[in-house]
Amino acid sequence: MTAATATTPAQSAPAVRVTRSQRNVAWTGAVALIIVAVLGYLPYLVYSGTTTILVQGFIVLTLASMWNLLAGYAGLVSVGQQAFVGLGAYFVLILAIHGISPFAGLPVAAIGCGVVALPLWWLVSRLRSGYFAIATWVLAATIMLIIERFSSIGGGTGMPMPGFAGLAPTLLTAYTYWAALAVTVLALLGIYLILRSRLGLVLTAIRDDETAARSSGARTGLARLLVFLIAGAGCGAAGAVLAISQLQVQPSAVFSISWTAEMAFATIIGGIGTIEGPIIGTAVFMVLQQTLQSYNAWYLIILGLVAIIIALFARRGLWGLVDDHLSVRLFPVGYWLHDIPPGTGQLPGS
Amino acid sequence: MAWVNAVIQGILTGGLYALFACGLSLMFGVMKVVNLAHGDLAVVAGYIAIGIIFVTHVPVLWSFLIVVPVMAALGYALQRTVIQTALNRSVLTTLIVMFGLSQVIENGLLQFFSANTRGIGANLALVTESFNLGSQIQIAWLLIVIFAAAVAVLGGLQYFLSRSQYGRLIRAVADDTEAARLSGADHRHVFGIAAAIAFGTVALGGIAYGMYSQLDPTAGTDTILLFAFAAVVIGGLGSLWGTLLGGIVLGIAQQIGAQLNISYETLAGYLVFLAILVIRPQGLIATGTQS
Repeated sequence: MTAATATTPAQSAPAVRVTRSQRNVAWTGAVALIIVAVLGYLPYLVYSGTTTILVQGFIVLTLASMWNLLAGYAGLVSVGQQAFVGLGAYFVLILAIHGISPFAGLPVAAIGCGVVALPLWWLVSRLRSGYFAIATWVLAATIMLIIERFSSIGGGTGMPMPGFAGLAPTLLTAYTYWAALAVTVLALLGIYLILRSRLGLVLTAIRDDETAARSSGARTGLARLLVFLIAGAGCGAAGAVLAISQLQVQPSAVFSISWTAEMAFATIIGGIGTIEGPIIGTAVFMVLQQTLQSYNAWYLIILGLVAIIIALFARRGLWGLVDDHLSVRLFPVGYWLHDIPPGTGQLPGS
Repeated sequence: MAWVNAVIQGILTGGLYALFACGLSLMFGVMKVVNLAHGDLAVVAGYIAIGIIFVTHVPVLWSFLIVVPVMAALGYALQRTVIQTALNRSVLTTLIVMFGLSQVIENGLLQFFSANTRGIGANLALVTESFNLGSQIQIAWLLIVIFAAAVAVLGGLQYFLSRSQYGRLIRAVADDTEAARLSGADHRHVFGIAAAIAFGTVALGGIAYGMYSQLDPTAGTDTILLFAFAAVVIGGLGSLWGTLLGGIVLGIAQQIGAQLNISYETLAGYLVFLAILVIRPQGLIATGTQS
């Protein structure tokens, strides 16, 4: 009897194979490249009204992806990300006043926001979860109040963006569109690479069970700091695109809490904790916003209500519903466990 | 003399901020909910008061008798449904839901009542009258009344939580929900009662702010929530009297800032808040039990 159980080979050595995706991802990469190429060619095909709407979409998608990294992976619910949107816009404005083209100022603004995020993290990281959330909000309000003190950059009323003189309107719209597209593609690519890296493994562990992650030796504090800096830079880049596309910077508009509301709602509706979620969420957001744009704030009210319902009853959002039925990942950031005998199994949290 | 005046005015407005803060503090202390919709709910209470006064022509102060129970009932209902459901999911879900609620309320108010500012009881003697201390210091009766109300609310809450039977039950559930449940406490009902009390104080704060200043849809977050939070952090998380101290420190900082330059008022308050966060993150009165 005992000898018979001891010699069952399948029990002692489970034969599994670990891959990062269920099927060959080459076609996903190819499709992504084609989509980016088509989007890049778009200014030659469509009217500037369409690209202007798409620029808005790119801004929201970049913001939502950053917020997803913060809240969905690092567990940092920041409601003060508008601080970085505003700072990004003001970095571009200040550089433009000193004669640097806003398009050249954009990457500087992103890096600047990432640098500013460091001391801000030092301030707010003393507080946890809910109090962290309001502290980031207070911080955003404080930064706006400080910036409003400087009349040389427009004070409380803001000022138009200089540095576009001599640029034909069509060319300006196209450049703005390409800048927005580049920011979004880089943001998504960056997040994808981060999540596939060692940092991504720590973040996924925090997302699934923070206590377990910490007791396994994951440096959760460092991971959170890095995410806060990256999200600061990403939201700053989006803010810079916003300033360029609006052609003016007004403190109450760029530091508006609506930015955080939009990025949070888009992320939650699409599916928090996945790269695909914010993309779906942004699509839903843009459709609602464009449909209801003549009804003022209604799109935010409806989005907020939908986000509350999804957060309560379908936590994985719209992408979660797709995933449940089709089991697809557009971005292979997890790990799949394949039994060598037929049948596949998924590691928890991949 | 102007500086003495600033300090006196600061102490008195501190009472108002403490009134804002105690509901936030209570909900976090008992069910670990950070009510991001706190300020917007205060504005809702103020708007309900304005509506009641407009429709029924009751005296302004009588509106409290209607609005406070209405908000308390709303608090109980919201806690038993939406907030409890969110709490059963996770801390993250609760935060997201409260933030969603805040934005939905704020934009809803904007949509239905426009961005116009509205005051409560603007021609009431209580709101307009003041008395003089010496030749330069003028003190509004309203601020004295609000300060007294804040002290009464905080004292009453402190007494209720530490001395009464039900207060002990609330503290038991707050300290260890599981153990309290094993001893037969209905934690959901207790949470509901705590939310009702918190929302009652929110109503007081909203109406008081409407009388002291002007209400508009964005006042809920721009002023009430952020000031309440600053008062809670300055005073020390989880301490009711610390909240009053925090409110007073915030009020004095704002008034001194305003004395330097009227546009520094809000900024000075936030800078003191950030300084406290750096120097003494546990707040001025640290209880050491909650973070």
